Amino acid sequence: MFEAVLFYLFSLVAMVSGVGVVTMRNPIASALSLVVCFFFLAADYVLMDAHFVAVIQILVYAGAIMVLFVFVIMLLNLRDGDHLTFNDIGRRSVVGMGTAGLLAIGLFTAIGQLPVLVPAAIDLDPAGPAYGTIAYIGTAMFEGKFLLPFETVSALLTVAVVGAVVLAKKEI
Amino acid sequence: MTFEDTLPYLVAVGRCVFAVVFVMQILPLLIWAERKGAAYIQDRPGPNRAHVFGIRAAGLVHTLNDVVKLIMKEDIVPSHVEKRYWAAAPVIAMSVALCTWVVVPFGDNFMGYQLKVSDIDGGVLFVLAATSIGVYGVMLAGWASNNKFSLLGGLRASAQMVSYELSMGLSAVVVFLMAGSVSLSTIAEMQAGPIWNWVVFTPMGLLAFVLFWTAAFAETNRTPFDLPEGEAELVGGYHTEYSSLRFALFFMAEYANMIVASSVTATLFFGGYNVPFVTPAMLREHADWVLMAAAGAAPLFLVFAVLAWKRQSRPFYQALPAGDARLKEPKVFVGVWVGAALAHLAIGAAGAMGVASKLSLNFATFGFLENTAIFGPDLVTAVVQVTVLAAKVLFGCWFFIWVRWTVPRFRYDQLMDLGWKRMLPLALANVLAAGIWVAFFPNGLLATLGLK
Repeated sequence: MFEAVLFYLFSLVAMVSGVGVVTMRNPIASALSLVVCFFFLAADYVLMDAHFVAVIQILVYAGAIMVLFVFVIMLLNLRDGDHLTFNDIGRRSVVGMGTAGLLAIGLFTAIGQLPVLVPAAIDLDPAGPAYGTIAYIGTAMFEGKFLLPFETVSALLTVAVVGAVVLAKKEI
Repeated sequence: MTFEDTLPYLVAVGRCVFAVVFVMQILPLLIWAERKGAAYIQDRPGPNRAHVFGIRAAGLVHTLNDVVKLIMKEDIVPSHVEKRYWAAAPVIAMSVALCTWVVVPFGDNFMGYQLKVSDIDGGVLFVLAATSIGVYGVMLAGWASNNKFSLLGGLRASAQMVSYELSMGLSAVVVFLMAGSVSLSTIAEMQAGPIWNWVVFTPMGLLAFVLFWTAAFAETNRTPFDLPEGEAELVGGYHTEYSSLRFALFFMAEYANMIVASSVTATLFFGGYNVPFVTPAMLREHADWVLMAAAGAAPLFLVFAVLAWKRQSRPFYQALPAGDARLKEPKVFVGVWVGAALAHLAIGAAGAMGVASKLSLNFATFGFLENTAIFGPDLVTAVVQVTVLAAKVLFGCWFFIWVRWTVPRFRYDQLMDLGWKRMLPLALANVLAAGIWVAFFPNGLLATLGLK
């Protein structure tokens, strides 16, 4: 009961700050509400026993990626409504809503299929006490059927990093 | 609700209070140590004027004055700042610094309760996550101040902290590989017993420690990496526009971060709360002997008492006019040291009585607690472990101070070169080496060679 109340409370804050990301005029305020959104999502993950995902959410998204976002905003020294007027936003909102709606339908369809996919792929007990812990995820990742996809993704990321450096630097 | 029902909540509150008090008590001591240490290294007396009724306590009273000054000063809010973010920045900096500490164990367990604030599965990952959030305090302060020096300080801080986080995280990975866990409690347990069980006494552990410790200097913005507040170039860096308590929060956050960095390093590489060569089980079994050994410290305090007494013959005290309040200072200190010696003798006597009566410190009179038989030994063990951790943390903090007054500041390009081109490749190679090491010697080198 108490956990459910907390869950909906955190979700509410996450949603409000998510809306804040697109409605705030100040770029820094917008970026910071995304950080708040990530925080409360992490809190929701903890309530769902996904401790590892929660910590990584903070470490990678709030702590690294968003720091870079804020860093770039500061470096460019963007201020309130520097680049967008309300008319711009008004005209583009229809297209934006349409795209967001399509994305939402796609996501819901994908999530709807998830419960069918996951138990078949992981041999571990999803209801056990270790569910969501680092040991559980590590075992699923490296001893289960996800070893090849995992390593492929890391190779892909390395290629992407090298590619970005090559594209960004004229002379190496 | 009965006492048994409320006990878990009391324990939770007690853990939080202890964790905050531990940091907040070491903090003023560190500010004093910084000033006295700087003075010692620069061959000058350091702060020695402020006093309470003639007692100067080697400059400790200056810290007290500092607190009063920072609270009483006017809180100036410059008209050009972004008020909301500007006000939030110091709060973020300080609260994050205090939060980071929650996963560090300050003892193994007491009456069945783990001696740490929270048993998060993430362990050290939580420390890294919390540190990365700490960047926001500095960044926001720099941006919201609407001042180019502050902004430059904030930018430097964020770039530097993001860069060094990588080496820091990878060095911690080496310890995870060796311990097979990310929990700081497990890592501390692994290092119990002989001193060569400490992670720092393995080749990979030593390199990981050097990298981790260097990165810790960058993460806490301490010299030689204190470019975010480089006063020669940036006035005061990100905290230029802050005064009064808001400045105090940044100031305290820096020292709180030092304490956190030292305690995480002590736990990862130097055995945490463990006494070298003494396992927690040995401490519990021989709690009486531990108490008796405490009496051994009594002569040390008596030596201090004699030294304090001899101070009276110094020219400084001889030259003071009769009736000067400072004349009674050495006598007060003699009293303090003799009192400490007597207290230690009393503790030793309690231990001796425990041995003589074979009571083994049952404390059976505390009938309201279950397992009264383990209350005494657990109390002794907890006190010893917290003291040992505090000693390691204080040494780490002293190391921070020592380096600050010895090594000059880096240039910014040198800082980035060191972080990305030297430390990151080394840390990556170290992870690989540690992986191979663990694969070939899963139980440690000594066990594999049959020496243990």
